Amino acid sequence: MKSDVKGSKIIRLAHGSGGTLQSELIEFIVKGIAQKNVNNGIGVEELDDGATIPLKNYDKEIVITADGHTVFPLFFPGGDLGKLSICGTVNDILMMGAEPLALSSIYIIEEGFNFDILGKIVKSFNQTAKEVGIAIIAGDTKVMPKTTLNEIIIATSGIGIKDTDIKICDNNLKAGDKIIVTGSIGDHGAALMAKREGLNLSTNLESDLAHLKEIYLAIKENIKQNHIHAMKDPTRGGIASALNEWSSKSDVSIWLEEDAIPIKDEVNSICDILGLEPFNIACEGRALIAVDSNYVDEVFKKIKTTNLGEEARIIGEVKSEEHKKVFLKTIIGGTRFVDMPLGESIPRIC
Amino acid sequence: MHVCGTHEHTISKYGIRSILPKELEIISGPGCPVCVCPAADIDKAIEIGKREDTIITTFGDMLRVPATNLSLTELRAQGADVRIVYGPNDAVKIAKENPDKEVIFFAIGFETTVPLIGYEIKINPPLNFSVICAHKLIPAALELLIGIDQLNIDGFISPGHVATIIGTKPFQLFSDAYHVPNVVTGFEPNDVLMALAMLLKQIKNKEYKTENEYTRVVKSEGNKIAQKIITDVFDSVSSPWRGIGRILDGGLAIKDSYSKYDADKKFDIKIENSIDIQPGCNCHLVMTGKIYPYECKMFKKICTPEKPIGPCMVSAEGTCAIYYKYG
Repeated sequence: MKSDVKGSKIIRLAHGSGGTLQSELIEFIVKGIAQKNVNNGIGVEELDDGATIPLKNYDKEIVITADGHTVFPLFFPGGDLGKLSICGTVNDILMMGAEPLALSSIYIIEEGFNFDILGKIVKSFNQTAKEVGIAIIAGDTKVMPKTTLNEIIIATSGIGIKDTDIKICDNNLKAGDKIIVTGSIGDHGAALMAKREGLNLSTNLESDLAHLKEIYLAIKENIKQNHIHAMKDPTRGGIASALNEWSSKSDVSIWLEEDAIPIKDEVNSICDILGLEPFNIACEGRALIAVDSNYVDEVFKKIKTTNLGEEARIIGEVKSEEHKKVFLKTIIGGTRFVDMPLGESIPRIC
Repeated sequence: MHVCGTHEHTISKYGIRSILPKELEIISGPGCPVCVCPAADIDKAIEIGKREDTIITTFGDMLRVPATNLSLTELRAQGADVRIVYGPNDAVKIAKENPDKEVIFFAIGFETTVPLIGYEIKINPPLNFSVICAHKLIPAALELLIGIDQLNIDGFISPGHVATIIGTKPFQLFSDAYHVPNVVTGFEPNDVLMALAMLLKQIKNKEYKTENEYTRVVKSEGNKIAQKIITDVFDSVSSPWRGIGRILDGGLAIKDSYSKYDADKKFDIKIENSIDIQPGCNCHLVMTGKIYPYECKMFKKICTPEKPIGPCMVSAEGTCAIYYKYG
């Protein structure tokens, strides 16, 4: 890793916040891996939502994902760590166009953690898995000495299966594709920030935390026929991070219409107060879907019939000029870049 | 020219420059309180924060500002207790909860944030609470800017937040004495567009007035209660602005009658040889509107929001950071 300006080489909070510093951290870890894929499937270097292992004689691929889950507070409006752990993993599998099959779970717990609270998290974890219809087939537990860990971390690995022909990945956007978002953005991050100590904002805003299986099932036929070119759940770093990854990996530009992007008033207000950008704020139950323009009406209608996708909007399109950039046409008709978020979101002064 | 980070934020966020005719240029002045805070003040907070019995509290965007050797974030990574608060009342709360610690609030900002801190000082906070006062005042800075020959400012977009507190009268001086049109402006994109139209109209008619575009919030006399708190607790003093130099009546100091809450007097730390502008950094030229951020050789290359060399690259309100983000 490049050293800091002052020469110190330490991990800072911003290395975990979905920006370019995080890319640096991942590169630091990944670069020494000898074998990075199996059977030429999607491997660790692609940094996609998950990896694939093509099964040569079956026209199928195994999709595999890994995720570490931590959230403060553990229980928040609209969810908790247990539900978050299942949804995060399942959504990564679904966003590869695969059917979730099973997952493993590792609970890493701080000494002194309360059994009642653990019970609530485990119950929510299991309940959400049941709703999705995914098996939990392996796991591990670790207890860490007090103060060496903040309460609890759940690490999961998920397995799904998909047809080899289905090609849904970050580098697959084509000029002319339309971008759909399945609901309002930034609810999860903003709801959490409003509840953090010291802010005491009174709001009914809830996290959008949800698994996206309903949406996957609604558009499954279009997925099979490759009408969908890419899907992504814009978690850490928000839609700004997800769309920049797409434009960069697919070598295209993405043009967004500001007035088409659904953002709740509460989210706008919380972001305004804190000096943050809603485009950079995490969602946990939304999907960005890049669709072949010939099928966008059909796909959009199907998404709108689902409960999760009622507020879906077509927010932009893909162009071949001006590679690797994301543009926004603002509500007053100006144009600006939407850049990759740059690490830790810090509230500003006034 | 505007002198407010939030105005620059609005202008960039909504792409206002991209829809203006070429002849109309909006220059960004020294509007970011984080950016104009001298390195010596941050160095002072860092020296105090190194002591084991202290908790340093401040606004979020102050944390990453590089000072002479360190930033407060780096101090925190080294193990010091540095906390982000949303207001000085939270810092007082921390002081009450930690009676065995000295809790220092690093107070920055223009007239907008001063009354909040003044109020906390006035209502007898615990004696383990104190304030590093790095507040700056806007009107004196405007006057200095008008005097910079090469700028040729045709009009000012003045900050609505500051005027909410001090009123529109202090801005009148510039239109009256220096014949520069001035519009006190709000922060929605329509406010800025309206202010531009009002300024252009004045220029066309060869008028020099201070007008109030932000009438839904700003009164000509300002907020008298807030003004009284400021004059009760603080004296205006000659004050150094990072990258600009010492400005007469450019800042505030805590009055002697409240010296028990003045961290300067409590800790008696002398900072020598602090460095405001690192070699190669052009923040001082950016802040005075002499160059655009992209005219600095370090911009986007060596100096990025993740590894800022100069203060303008740090805050969400810093001109360089905004140009980096919105292009």
